[in-house]
Amino acid sequence: MTGTTIEVRKPGLSTTVQDGGRAGYYHLGIPPSGALDQYSLACANALTGNEPGAAALEIVYMGPELRFTGPAVVAVTGAEIAPRVNGEARPLWESFAVGEGDVLDFDFLKAGARAYLAVSGGLDTRVDLGSRSTYLIGSLGGVDGRPVAEGDVLPVGDGSGRAGLVVPEDLRPSLSKDVEVRVVMGLYDHRLTDRGRATFLDTVWTLTPVADRMGFRYSGGQLETVEREPPFGAGQDPSNIVDSPYPIGSIQVPGGVEPIILHRDAVSGGGYMMVATVLSGDLDVVAQSAPRTRTKFVEVDLETALALRAERKDRIARMHAAVSG
Amino acid sequence: MSARYSWGGDEFIFVELAEEMSLQANFKAVAITNLLRAERPDGVLEICSANASYQVRYDPDVQEPYAFLAHLKELEERVGDALGVTLDCRVVEIPVLYRDPWTTETLMRFRDRHQDPEATDIEYAARINGYASVEEFVAAHSGSPWFTSMVGFVAGLPFKYQMVPRERQIVVPKYLRPRTDTPKQTVGYGGCFSCIYSVRGAGGYQMFGITPAPIYDPRQTKPDFAEHKVFMRPGDMVKFRPIERDEYDELEAKAEAGDYRITTKDVEFDLQPFLDDPDGYNKRLLEGLA
Repeated sequence: MTGTTIEVRKPGLSTTVQDGGRAGYYHLGIPPSGALDQYSLACANALTGNEPGAAALEIVYMGPELRFTGPAVVAVTGAEIAPRVNGEARPLWESFAVGEGDVLDFDFLKAGARAYLAVSGGLDTRVDLGSRSTYLIGSLGGVDGRPVAEGDVLPVGDGSGRAGLVVPEDLRPSLSKDVEVRVVMGLYDHRLTDRGRATFLDTVWTLTPVADRMGFRYSGGQLETVEREPPFGAGQDPSNIVDSPYPIGSIQVPGGVEPIILHRDAVSGGGYMMVATVLSGDLDVVAQSAPRTRTKFVEVDLETALALRAERKDRIARMHAAVSG
Repeated sequence: MSARYSWGGDEFIFVELAEEMSLQANFKAVAITNLLRAERPDGVLEICSANASYQVRYDPDVQEPYAFLAHLKELEERVGDALGVTLDCRVVEIPVLYRDPWTTETLMRFRDRHQDPEATDIEYAARINGYASVEEFVAAHSGSPWFTSMVGFVAGLPFKYQMVPRERQIVVPKYLRPRTDTPKQTVGYGGCFSCIYSVRGAGGYQMFGITPAPIYDPRQTKPDFAEHKVFMRPGDMVKFRPIERDEYDELEAKAEAGDYRITTKDVEFDLQPFLDDPDGYNKRLLEGLA
């Protein structure tokens, strides 16, 4: 036990403790939570010698200012938001050491949306239902179930990291303002006309400022739906359904406008038709989308989705091999 | 009534048991997901039962998707029309202060988002459902029990479907635009579903009243939550009991002090005898509750 803690001097915009997530409670309305970009979290943990799903800080758009009470090895991955130690620049995607009393803060965000700060030993904050991830609405995990605030002291677990480990460039995600997000069509897509379906796949959607851990809302088109008599219990709007479960990554389209991708803190169910589901690995791409990101939904079938899943696993394995040298 | 199966990306299978809401469709969802839960298949991460549908989150590297889908279809066949299935359930009593000051204050703040800005939510619901007075409406809402058809939306929020024939079901639209605020433990209504808001937050259901009974306790300090943070489970049958302000204050103080226990009774529920005689069945169900 190093006894190192991290004091929060400035909290940033919305900095939360997140880990690999919380499984097994979605049927009670408690979503998985966890890092929105799981690949970048795994990278940060690999660099600091932690398990892939250890708890780290998820930093959104604007970084916090943190003071270390003892020595630690840390790494920052994900969005391009350069860390500084006592005002001096440090690299992204590379582990580095901090000492007692050192202050870590961040430069402006240059690309992407979410960065992950991991520390050797992982953050040792409270475990709720098997996870340290912060779930805001349900007040679970993190620091009292909320984002970190000025004055918080974050305990760090026991660990030993090595400075100077690097994730090679070709194994870092590309951060772009034009992205393709692969989806499997389905769920209630039969409620769209052929034209509505074509609009969904042909439109270059723009991410609105409504983009948080619960969902990402896009603008750019109006989807035509099949006319029908609403079934009992569904509600009057043609986009309404009898309230059903929502897969993580599912895309709902209330009123046929502004598709919403549900992310890892999603509401677990509701009464809007969903027309497609984002591939589990591509949720990382969505996580790095900042408002105004231009997004195309690209349809793949299940076989392709499984092949892409295998590719992602292979990439993670190569990343681990490269980092551990 | 034949189920519709759909892939939800590479990790979910979504199953719509019926397009429209019915107790039978819900009963099937609960029965199938109970069977699946009892099996604990490898690689199955989440089993979510909903009103007339369910979904499963699984790891396709462990459960081959097509074989797993075929297995879910087998479970559907095994449950069949669900008429012969029995479920171990609880009957739960929830006291409700209808027309309480807190939801009334909240709904007045959001009149611009409502179908009938001149009326309160409960006056509006009573009128469009053909009740002569709010008192009559409250009698109908609290007169027959409700089947917890889904838990979700947010942590621990139960959706409830009233155990009466379709022609007696209350149906109300949701707000024209959702509110940004709903008091904790509000008894709400949207479509054919009653709900209890487990936490304070946004909401689109009409607000009829409030219960002093806590149903979500993330810190697990209250006696009903020793084992779990969430009180309501799919299949719980809820009887709303109208209370007056003085009893509300008394129960609220008890809840605040950590002394409140929700009255429950374990029962076995059979669908067919219920469908044959709902009112008689409900009466037997509620015996010995209070």
